[in-house]
Amino acid sequence: MLTKRIIPCLDMTEGKVVKGIQFVDFRDAGDPIVLAKKYDEQGADELVFLDITATVDNRDILLDVVQKTAKEVTIPFTVGGGIRKKEDMQKVLRAGADKVGVNTGGFNRPTLISECAQSFGSQCVVLSLDAKRVKNQWNVIINGGRTDTGLSAIKWAQQAVALGAGEILLTSIDTDGMKQGFNIELTKEVTNVVNVPVIASGGAGKLQDFKDIFVEGNADAALAASLFHFGECTIQQVKEYLNDNNISVRL
Amino acid sequence: MIAIIDYGINNLESVRNALNKLVVQTVVTNKREMIQKADALILPGVGAAAMGMKNLKERKLDKIIINDVRKGKPILGICLGMQLLMSKSDEGDINCLGLIKGNVKKLSSEMKIPQIGWNQVCLTDSESALFTNIPDNSDFYFVHSYYCKPYDQNIVAGITKYGQEYCSILIKNNIVGVQFHLEKSGMSGSLLLKNIINYFTQLC
Repeated sequence: MLTKRIIPCLDMTEGKVVKGIQFVDFRDAGDPIVLAKKYDEQGADELVFLDITATVDNRDILLDVVQKTAKEVTIPFTVGGGIRKKEDMQKVLRAGADKVGVNTGGFNRPTLISECAQSFGSQCVVLSLDAKRVKNQWNVIINGGRTDTGLSAIKWAQQAVALGAGEILLTSIDTDGMKQGFNIELTKEVTNVVNVPVIASGGAGKLQDFKDIFVEGNADAALAASLFHFGECTIQQVKEYLNDNNISVRL
Repeated sequence: MIAIIDYGINNLESVRNALNKLVVQTVVTNKREMIQKADALILPGVGAAAMGMKNLKERKLDKIIINDVRKGKPILGICLGMQLLMSKSDEGDINCLGLIKGNVKKLSSEMKIPQIGWNQVCLTDSESALFTNIPDNSDFYFVHSYYCKPYDQNIVAGITKYGQEYCSILIKNNIVGVQFHLEKSGMSGSLLLKNIINYFTQLC
């Protein structure tokens, strides 16, 4: 049986891991490679690295961090941030990433998703989708939380999957860093309309939040950052809790 | 020396990193002479089957691999690399290397595709030296939409369930294929890789 995944997320800027609240107010959380190795040893199922200012600073992703991480960890990792063309994705994959997150670059030019899926396979194209509640719908937000596109996140998720995205990393800006639980409503809406795995992100604050997002939100994986970075709980604790609650995890 | 075959679109670094940890001498190459000189081959894999075969053919590597492996050179196919060992793939409806008779089929549409994550491998012969220190039903990391269906059921060494049961490890003499990314499967993956390298060393 396929297990539910627990994924620590390393948001990076200028070579350091940072963590913000609702995409602002960042604080330093440490060295990416040290953290990556620690999470691997703790039993993380995957890692996600997001170069959160690559798009707005208009620069390439931190390839050396990707290379170093690849040498240190024994689990898969996804890298996102600043992917604008197929060649960007190829560079990141060649540096040792297993999957690549496409966010703003894919929204601005959706054929990027199909080009990458055709060349590298859907399984390594992750749609990184940041959503925020605006009036009565969830909007797609791009440029690292800065630009509201006004378009429906649910519709964009469907379109991106049709174009070839093999997985969705769904971040709720409303719940990000608030530690009041994942956005179950948003996650459920997305998992209902797509047939690819969905990683829920934003809001993990306690053990029960993980259970809720798997049981009620139908998420395939749950991503968390501050909870793990600042030592509030370990990955092992989360997994043991889920196992005790009859949710299949890799122990 | 083990040659990791570079055919343009795959996760070469992670395979090399995993082998480096085992202190195995490797070369990442797309050169025919290097492949012919190597004691064993690894065909890694991320990507689409049609692109994979096209790239192998463009580099004229397909015939060399087929010849060397038919003569007994050990080969490990990982994920797409395993699928390319088969006769034919439904992904892009293409002919593959044909080293293992059988087809590559799409996973059941009732399931989320691709399958992404950790799933168990049920070993058909857990006493085999290839599975030393690896408990039956250990978790390995899978990322794929297609699976191999060999004609000869006797070569199926590992079975995984996702919608249906399918072959996740195959072993036929000097040919080993794994559907999961053993180079990304933590401790279980490293152990299996080590056992496979030992097995290959005995064959050489």
